[in-house]
Amino acid sequence: MKVYISSDSAATAVGADDVAAALTKHAADKGIEIELKRIGSRGMAWLEPLVEVEIDGVRHGFGGVSPDDVAAVLDNSSDKALGPVDEIEWMKRQTRLTFARCGVIEPLNLDEYRAHGGLVGLTRATSLTGGEIVREVTDSGLRGRGGAGFPTGIKWKTVHDAVAPQKYIVCNADEGDSGTFADRMIMEGDPFSLIEGMAIAGLAVGATRGYVYLRSEYPDAIRVMNAALDIARREGVLGDSVMGSGRAFDMWVRVGAGAYVCGEETSLLNSLEGKRGTVRAKPPLPALEGFLGKPTVVNNVISLATVPVIMERGAQNYADFGIGRSRGTATLQVAGNVARGGLFETAFGMTLGELVNEIAGGTASGRPVKAVQVGGPLGAYMPLSKFDTPLGYEEFDKAGGLIGHAGLVVFDDTADMLQMARFAMEFCAVESCGKCTPCRIGATRGVETIDRIARGDEAAKVILADLCETMKDGSLCALGGFTPYPVMSAVTEFPDDFATAKEAAE
Amino acid sequence: MQSANPASIDEMRAIIEEHLGLEGPLLPILHSLQDTYGCIPEDSVGLMAEALNLTRAEVHGVITFYHDFRKAPAGRHVVKICRAEACQSMGGASLAEETLTKLGIDWHGTTKNGAVTVEPVYCLGLCACAPAMMVDKKVHGRLDRSRVDAILAEAGA
Repeated sequence: MKVYISSDSAATAVGADDVAAALTKHAADKGIEIELKRIGSRGMAWLEPLVEVEIDGVRHGFGGVSPDDVAAVLDNSSDKALGPVDEIEWMKRQTRLTFARCGVIEPLNLDEYRAHGGLVGLTRATSLTGGEIVREVTDSGLRGRGGAGFPTGIKWKTVHDAVAPQKYIVCNADEGDSGTFADRMIMEGDPFSLIEGMAIAGLAVGATRGYVYLRSEYPDAIRVMNAALDIARREGVLGDSVMGSGRAFDMWVRVGAGAYVCGEETSLLNSLEGKRGTVRAKPPLPALEGFLGKPTVVNNVISLATVPVIMERGAQNYADFGIGRSRGTATLQVAGNVARGGLFETAFGMTLGELVNEIAGGTASGRPVKAVQVGGPLGAYMPLSKFDTPLGYEEFDKAGGLIGHAGLVVFDDTADMLQMARFAMEFCAVESCGKCTPCRIGATRGVETIDRIARGDEAAKVILADLCETMKDGSLCALGGFTPYPVMSAVTEFPDDFATAKEAAE
Repeated sequence: MQSANPASIDEMRAIIEEHLGLEGPLLPILHSLQDTYGCIPEDSVGLMAEALNLTRAEVHGVITFYHDFRKAPAGRHVVKICRAEACQSMGGASLAEETLTKLGIDWHGTTKNGAVTVEPVYCLGLCACAPAMMVDKKVHGRLDRSRVDAILAEAGA
């Protein structure tokens, strides 16, 4: 009997290892023959620990399993049975392209990876010129999934056209935004897809070396990625002759050191070079003068991990999903105070309300939803009145928000938006790299100004708005430049939380 | 606090030299030193500067920029409690405050018996099973008061 349990952090954090141990022990005690496979995450975090048992070739799920449940799970008498996993509403409603294999295969099993379409894209890429690969990625409409939404193909073309003795592919795996975990999930659950994507990027632009800058807060992802790299090197996916093509590409993991700002690409490059992670002024673009001053592709994990499926199925197939200029799928991460949280991959275009209310089932607390912060700590707080906004880059921009890395944090009506605004400024002050004044000084003054508002100082509101304008226009990078989004959206959309403080003071 | 593993100059030099072939070797060196000694020993700063042709001030600047690197070793276990928005939405802020009060320390502090150092962390990627924390390299999610107490007791706090 095949039994599957996730080894993803979100599963082990809620006891999956204990369940796995109990299952193994129970099976041994009772003489039941089981083959226990540890897989990535299906993305249904609220069902973890999730146990899947293969019955007649179909994987049946059991959700929220504790070690006490294992006997009933194995004889299929458990009241935690969910039926076939692929038939669960959450799974049925998705279009899984980037995450097709995640939670299905064993993360470090290259044969299973191959059996599920892996390496088809890279093999195809080895038969194309760099320019042809770049065109394919451009035609797919893929845009940077890290937050900026810059067209990936255009970035690649710049690096492709640059002439230099050495070029680099750098993967930004410094996923520091609260509410986001897609990068972590794919690195822990399907690491070869990122490796394949980076190798394709290397062939496309003529880069022979790559780095994954992975945050130290993700020890499990670091371990899995390093193990996957060893396997990929041994199997000829990486090395002097990628897939026997005669073209070279190799890559390594580099571990960050707890600085949020290193998720900004130029800070990341400085950090990778062994410097303080301060932001660089642009130009020059990293595409022309990046790591060690050489032309460098800097892409987010999800952007790179999506490239293999684009090369496998063709640009048009990917571009057929989505709305407007947001092509393909969004890997939405639903988090916070939410009944059903996890990873939901779907074509761009679903509305915020549909996702939060229908897919995610509202709050975990059962109280009314008050706000959803979309796009991490630098994203706006969206009120219920904006729940009809479709998930798309331009659509969110028009509504005064940003999609960012597509993380959504849901808050119920107990949330104090003044405190959330204050936290945004405090976070910016803690994490500022210190290079530009609006961010370094502005964030600290921002905390003080919000404290004045909390004490009932009406005049401080005007100062806060002015300060936010300055930070927005004058900061070098998105940390100082976007912190005004959560702050001002809280002030504008939830005026009661700011007015009440004043009235209470009077 | 006395380091459990006192740093010898030769040993530190060997750790540094091991990484000199890398592109951008300083962060890997710092991680390796901290893995070995539990902190970045003061004596290593000059050695790194010499090996990498940097000034001591530049090396010092890098060490102090990053939250991860310590001047002195932490307690026997490092507990990182997430302070970020998703964990806040599930009551993480009050849980963190209660925990610190109970341990009688502030952020970055170490319990009197040296068992536990508590650090803030801004996101562990466990946002769909918040609130979350990490003890050394082991993650814990869906925390409440009793689970935190149990985990801290196991760590000897």
